[in-house]
Amino acid sequence: MYRAHVLVCGGTGCTSSDSPKIIEALEKEIAAKGLQNEVQVVRTGCFGLCALGPIMIVYPEGCLYSEVKVEDVTETVEEHLLKGRIVKRLLYSETVKAADIKPLKETNFYKKQHRVALRNCGVIDPENIEEYIAMDGYQALAKCLTELTPEQVIQIVKDSGLRGRGGGGFPTGLKWSFTAKNEADQKYVVCNADEGDPGAFMDRSVLEGDPHCVVEAMAICGYATGASEGYIYVRAEYPIAVARLQKAIADAREYGLLGKNILGTGFDFDLFVRLGAGAFVCGEETALMTSIEGNRGEPRPRPPYPAVKGLFGKPTTENNVETFANVPQIILNGPAFFNSIGTETAKGTKVFALGGKITNTGLVEIPMGTTLREIVEDIGGGVPNGRKFKAAQIGGPSGGCIPAEYLDIPMDYDNLTSIGAMVGSGGLIIMDDSDCMVDIAKFFLNFTVDESCGKCTPCRVGTRRLLEILEKITSGNGTMEDLDTMEALCYYIKENSLCGLGQTAPNPVLSTYNRFRDEYIAHVKDKTCPAGVCKKLMKITIDPAVCKGCTACARVCPVGAISGSVKQAHVIDQSKCIKCGACVEKCRFGAISKK
Amino acid sequence: MQKKISKIPFKGTAEQEEKLKAVIAECKGDKSKLMHVMQQAQGIYGYLPYEVQVMIAEGMDVPLEKVYGVSTFYAQFSLSPKGAYNISVCLGTACYVKGSQKILDKVCEELGVQPGECSSDGMFSVEACRCIGACGLAPVFTVNDEVYGKVTPEEIPGILAKYRNG
Repeated sequence: MYRAHVLVCGGTGCTSSDSPKIIEALEKEIAAKGLQNEVQVVRTGCFGLCALGPIMIVYPEGCLYSEVKVEDVTETVEEHLLKGRIVKRLLYSETVKAADIKPLKETNFYKKQHRVALRNCGVIDPENIEEYIAMDGYQALAKCLTELTPEQVIQIVKDSGLRGRGGGGFPTGLKWSFTAKNEADQKYVVCNADEGDPGAFMDRSVLEGDPHCVVEAMAICGYATGASEGYIYVRAEYPIAVARLQKAIADAREYGLLGKNILGTGFDFDLFVRLGAGAFVCGEETALMTSIEGNRGEPRPRPPYPAVKGLFGKPTTENNVETFANVPQIILNGPAFFNSIGTETAKGTKVFALGGKITNTGLVEIPMGTTLREIVEDIGGGVPNGRKFKAAQIGGPSGGCIPAEYLDIPMDYDNLTSIGAMVGSGGLIIMDDSDCMVDIAKFFLNFTVDESCGKCTPCRVGTRRLLEILEKITSGNGTMEDLDTMEALCYYIKENSLCGLGQTAPNPVLSTYNRFRDEYIAHVKDKTCPAGVCKKLMKITIDPAVCKGCTACARVCPVGAISGSVKQAHVIDQSKCIKCGACVEKCRFGAISKK
Repeated sequence: MQKKISKIPFKGTAEQEEKLKAVIAECKGDKSKLMHVMQQAQGIYGYLPYEVQVMIAEGMDVPLEKVYGVSTFYAQFSLSPKGAYNISVCLGTACYVKGSQKILDKVCEELGVQPGECSSDGMFSVEACRCIGACGLAPVFTVNDEVYGKVTPEEIPGILAKYRNG
């Protein structure tokens, strides 16, 4: 028994800001003080509050120390672990109270969260199978194998109302039942861990923080659908997740929880990891399977659906990481537990990756139906630097944006679709009034043009033409007809593309055009970018009434575009100016503005 | 996206070839492991020059055209060698909104190269990458395995100098 536990986040965010060195220093310092038999250091998965990383939590007190540096370790061990005095200067500011510390669960960031998929992340050591087992791990699998028939398992998943968390929102139980009823000599379970949305990282965090729950859920799915092999297709860009997953699979095999005759029930199931190689389209289910087979990851037409003819031509069930992560809890606690969370049409919780212009960037898991306002203002801590919330971009390159007037809409599949956005994978990027919506649309189009696999013409050629129109608009050469062409082209691409990538690629354009039409018109008619982002439309000017003639701007200008003598107002030669903005930052009097 | 194909002559060693052959021998019977072999090969050689692709095609008994097709399809496979220090600037949404384009511009300006290129002394290569999942630290870039988070363009020359002066 240890009298204290120090949990240090080993997720990608905190690892990038040196948490491994902190763990090393902690272990060294603890040993130096002779506390190694009293205090245990555990490297866990992500706590979610990535903005304040590296994070460390000390139990039994439950103190959350944020932005810890290696230099802080000695003091923490000396003061807290040896003398029992909390190091207040390192505490997460919201938990500091006059006499005591405020429990984490009562802070705004954690208060409204409800952790089902992420329940073990930041709690257990992901590389230790026994810690997972101690948290009721593999009990759901045991329950399925010994007490339930495959049909009953599928019925429980159906009754829970769980829907796919990867973007489509298809009912999971129904999907399983399709594969189950197809007879074949071999069936497969596939886990989609090719998290392609740039700005979403919940799947990565689940794999890093609780890999066994995905392994267990896939085995359950195998039992329910009659599959004996599974593949996890994970991005090569997630080295920590890959390593932990491989260890989890090896450990599960050693414990007899994967392989032949699992738990003596005669059920065989084994898992294999395949690495992606950086292709967004491989997040589409048929493309993903083509890629596992060792080919260019091009999608194929459906039908036949994967439930009939999937991986290696056999019936296959494919779900994403977060969907699987919910399954063991549903089996253990029954469908009613899951059913009671969420809204009428969307049950359970959803994990969102909160990023962009928001104070608490990180990972949050909330009941379906929580409003965007609660996420932004309460959990997220609002928009920093005194800026104003402008829109939230949700669902990445396939999604849309939610403007300020919809802040109070309950977030679920149907509500978001009705306003031209989508839950998608759950990437939630907050934007403030300094972000240009045309530029954001162009950013996503650039992405889809790059990532279009080239198989079908509407997507390959259509997205490129669309991008050209956006480039024309943002460089000040757009016409009102271009806007009409752009809109028509969007619908054409949506209706005629082969797979989900092309069918959703125009969404960021359509959604910003519908919600922020005046910004598009400002770019076209007035040749200005209201947010001051589009360089070619920007004009940097010096206000002669405010300029003191200090010459600082003229000296910093890399192209010599600013002229004027000492103590006289300076002038910018617009034909020379490259709009780098160096002078704006240099001016101490706020005389230079860019618009 | 068109991939840049290097014209630098192939300089593989016998030792590297040995390693690649061992990987191929292990995966030979299973054609679905082609990507795995190519990933290992890139780990061994740093990139996938024509000569290596030929070895893989012959070893795995698949047409060279297929190996080339796969290598040009996936962003991870590189047909040009990387610099001693490979700089990847994240252009994922979270980083982009926090100004990572300015970071990429500054890095390119400092080194006098375009994204996807290698500096003439072979020291630095620069690329734009997709989300590396460190969104809490945006904007982010990496130099080989070292991650720099919450960076500003002003810090770039100092960071580069650190590597230049080795």
